[in-house]
Amino acid sequence: MAATEGQLRYTAPMRKPIWMSTLLAAALAASMPAGATDKDELVIGMTQYPSTLNPNIDPMLAKTLVLDMARRPFTAYDVQWQMICMLCVTLPTIENGLAVLEDLPDGKQGIAVTYAIQPKAIWGDGTPVSTKDVQFTWEVGRHPQSGVGAAEFYRRAYKLDIKDAKTFTFHFDKVTYDYNGLGDFNVLPAHLEAAAFAAEPVEYRHRTRYDTDSTNPGLYFGPYRVVEVKAGSHIVLEPNPTWYGDKPFFKRIVFRAIENSVALEANLLSGAIDYITGELGLTLDQGLAFEQRHGQKYDVIYKPGLIYEHIDMNLDNPMLKDGGVRRALLMALDRQSISDKLFGGKQPVAATFVSPLDWVFDDALKTVAFDPEGAGRLFDEAGWKRGPGGMRQNAEGQKLSFELMTTAGNRSRETVQQVLQAQWKQAGVDIRIRNEPPRVLFGETVTKRKFTGMAMYAWVSAPEHLPRTTLHSEEIPTQANNWSGQNAGGYASKRMDELIEATEVELDRAKRKALWKDMQELYLADLPVLPLYFRADVFVLPKWLKGVTPTGHLNPAPLWVEYWRRVE
Amino acid sequence: MTRFLGQRLLQSIVVLLAMSFVVYALIGLMPGDPIDMMIKSDPRMTAADAQRLKALYGLDQPLVGRYWAWLQAALAGNFGYSRLFARPALDALWPAVQSTVILVGTSFVLALAVALPAGVWVARRPGGRADRWVNLFCFAGISVPPFWLAILLIMLFAVKLGLLPAGGVPTRAGAGIGDHIAHLALPVLTLALLQIGGYLRFMRAAMIEALRQDYVRTAEAKGLSPMRVLLSHALPNALIPVVTVVALGFGGLFSGALITENMFAWPGMGKLIFDSIMGNDFNLALVALLFATLLTLLGNLLADIAYALLDPRIVYAELKP
Repeated sequence: MAATEGQLRYTAPMRKPIWMSTLLAAALAASMPAGATDKDELVIGMTQYPSTLNPNIDPMLAKTLVLDMARRPFTAYDVQWQMICMLCVTLPTIENGLAVLEDLPDGKQGIAVTYAIQPKAIWGDGTPVSTKDVQFTWEVGRHPQSGVGAAEFYRRAYKLDIKDAKTFTFHFDKVTYDYNGLGDFNVLPAHLEAAAFAAEPVEYRHRTRYDTDSTNPGLYFGPYRVVEVKAGSHIVLEPNPTWYGDKPFFKRIVFRAIENSVALEANLLSGAIDYITGELGLTLDQGLAFEQRHGQKYDVIYKPGLIYEHIDMNLDNPMLKDGGVRRALLMALDRQSISDKLFGGKQPVAATFVSPLDWVFDDALKTVAFDPEGAGRLFDEAGWKRGPGGMRQNAEGQKLSFELMTTAGNRSRETVQQVLQAQWKQAGVDIRIRNEPPRVLFGETVTKRKFTGMAMYAWVSAPEHLPRTTLHSEEIPTQANNWSGQNAGGYASKRMDELIEATEVELDRAKRKALWKDMQELYLADLPVLPLYFRADVFVLPKWLKGVTPTGHLNPAPLWVEYWRRVE
Repeated sequence: MTRFLGQRLLQSIVVLLAMSFVVYALIGLMPGDPIDMMIKSDPRMTAADAQRLKALYGLDQPLVGRYWAWLQAALAGNFGYSRLFARPALDALWPAVQSTVILVGTSFVLALAVALPAGVWVARRPGGRADRWVNLFCFAGISVPPFWLAILLIMLFAVKLGLLPAGGVPTRAGAGIGDHIAHLALPVLTLALLQIGGYLRFMRAAMIEALRQDYVRTAEAKGLSPMRVLLSHALPNALIPVVTVVALGFGGLFSGALITENMFAWPGMGKLIFDSIMGNDFNLALVALLFATLLTLLGNLLADIAYALLDPRIVYAELKP
């Protein structure tokens, strides 16, 4: 027995290296990340997994990123933020005669807009993309129980005329500046989807083939089609043989969902993924730290976009009702310094809610500069003088004190919040921090206007997107309107309402730009919201990946995936 | 025993019903709903869209009415539709259960395979050198945060050494069994390292206690070999408290390992439950939590049966209600 034990003790160390090396070699061979070995494959990491692949149900950014490779919208904004045709042939305009003003039966004016579908557009199963699909999609969108998300388009498009298999005309009941944009209209394959919808429209969202038969080639007509779906984990795309445009380079694209951004980074470094998308990837502070450590191995692109970080102020608060106090609060902030020190200067300071990249941005507009002395004067004029300890108070001894809320757990915002608190303290303003989880803040506190002072968060926008939901007085959430609307501060300005309504129906580009200028000037004069900056997305790409051009708006880079290349 | 089992099953049904209401109510009382979140992420959605969708998803109905409708449908075998996974809730649940059984089950078995023999071994000489080292390892395993351990293992094995994938499931076409095992290695190792310490300490403590008993001294006095005393006399008695802990762990198997699954992007039950609660996916959250509850109850029942098997003195038929 002892001899056996001794033998074991002797032989085990001899066997260990062989055993271990065999195991490790096997593991290495088996686990070599696909992106590292297969040069025709691109593995993209993102922090979200789409709940459905139906393009018209449940809007989600993750779904947009995937589907933009597998299908195309009729119209989209390009990299220069100009509206272009993708699935249509020519962008209809009044000038080219494809959009025609018309009188409605009720005496109002509407507009008829005619589109032609790309002649070579074919679903992956060989069925041409046709006006039958357009007709079906329109019917689904107009059905109140179909589950379509943004349905404003369908409410306005009251009539559809089919001219032939590839040409159709929408009749809109209102002439708006964006009359030719079909951004919300995502064509569905009638030959596959019509039966499920006709059987029971209310159940369509549960029976759509995008979820029950996601890899059916007939659901896609873009450069790629979905060939594998592992719910919650990954989606695989391969080239679509019926695609009518330029041939894509990659033979296989994998979207992997890794919710934890630290794990996402580790996966990139290990080669398990090749590219972290900016729209759903690293936060800016993570991106900056990553670039410092690994910038020589990767291209890190910072793209400011349309996510507007700002501070909502509850204008029912008597202290915040005073425009002078609001201006003084903004003047007391050194926002450029915050952007430079915390975000490496990658996030441009916002003058107003309009992005400097948007053509309607007013270049002549001056951002409210950091001016502590000017802020002090304004506070004094408003009756808030420095008192004991340097903190401001009014004649009644009431302190100038506010609650500042933001989303708990958002490290970036919480850091900014502390800097704001310190800067305002210098100006004699007392700030009490109270943070809540996003679902509480957005689901209850902001939506029901329960914040007493200020709330810092972001609004997502689109190019030339009118601020109706955020600044129009009809959009103030109240019990009566079931707390709908996003004008949580309670800003009510007759002039702003007029400008929004006038801009919406102004077709002349120059006149519209002038209206936008007035809107921005009014915003800056009233300051219903304190502008902070436009958030920048961080795209981390391998050096060999070329052709990925972040756009900064809601039509992301995958819409041009056929131009992505591996260049060693 | 039959009567005991019948009583326990009846209790389990009552607990499940109560749990279903509690979970439904808790999720329903959470502020915000999926439509509120949609509005924040899509500037084109209007207030009218929000109201229409809330009505469509039944979110404008009172909580009790929604629960009652769900319960009636569930009793008829319809557990509803998962909004997050766009499929029936049960269909969304099964793949996650399978993933979790593979991940957590493997790590559970691995942890027990290491912890139980090691616990028995070090209990023979408490305070000895081996015991001190094993204790150090145990306390490190118990106290290390799962998040940190996962990152550490990823950085070491995936990033620095490049030996193993950083997580997830194989995405390559035609992935073989080796690929699956390689993807499983790091999350299993993480979970096993976290569990070994606890089980080992339990086993060690129970064994030390058992080795102090009179019957062990009697067995030794009878001249039985140390191994026989250890395995045939001390171990069965020491296993009784350990079985309780292991049985509770068995229930936990099916509720997944949230942090580890998230760190390794493993689509298991922990991640599913978390996502469904955060995404206000009532149906999926309910089904998943009730399933985890059912398995926990079942684990306890198995523990009770195991007691009887391990200790002939325990006879459930004699228990009075």
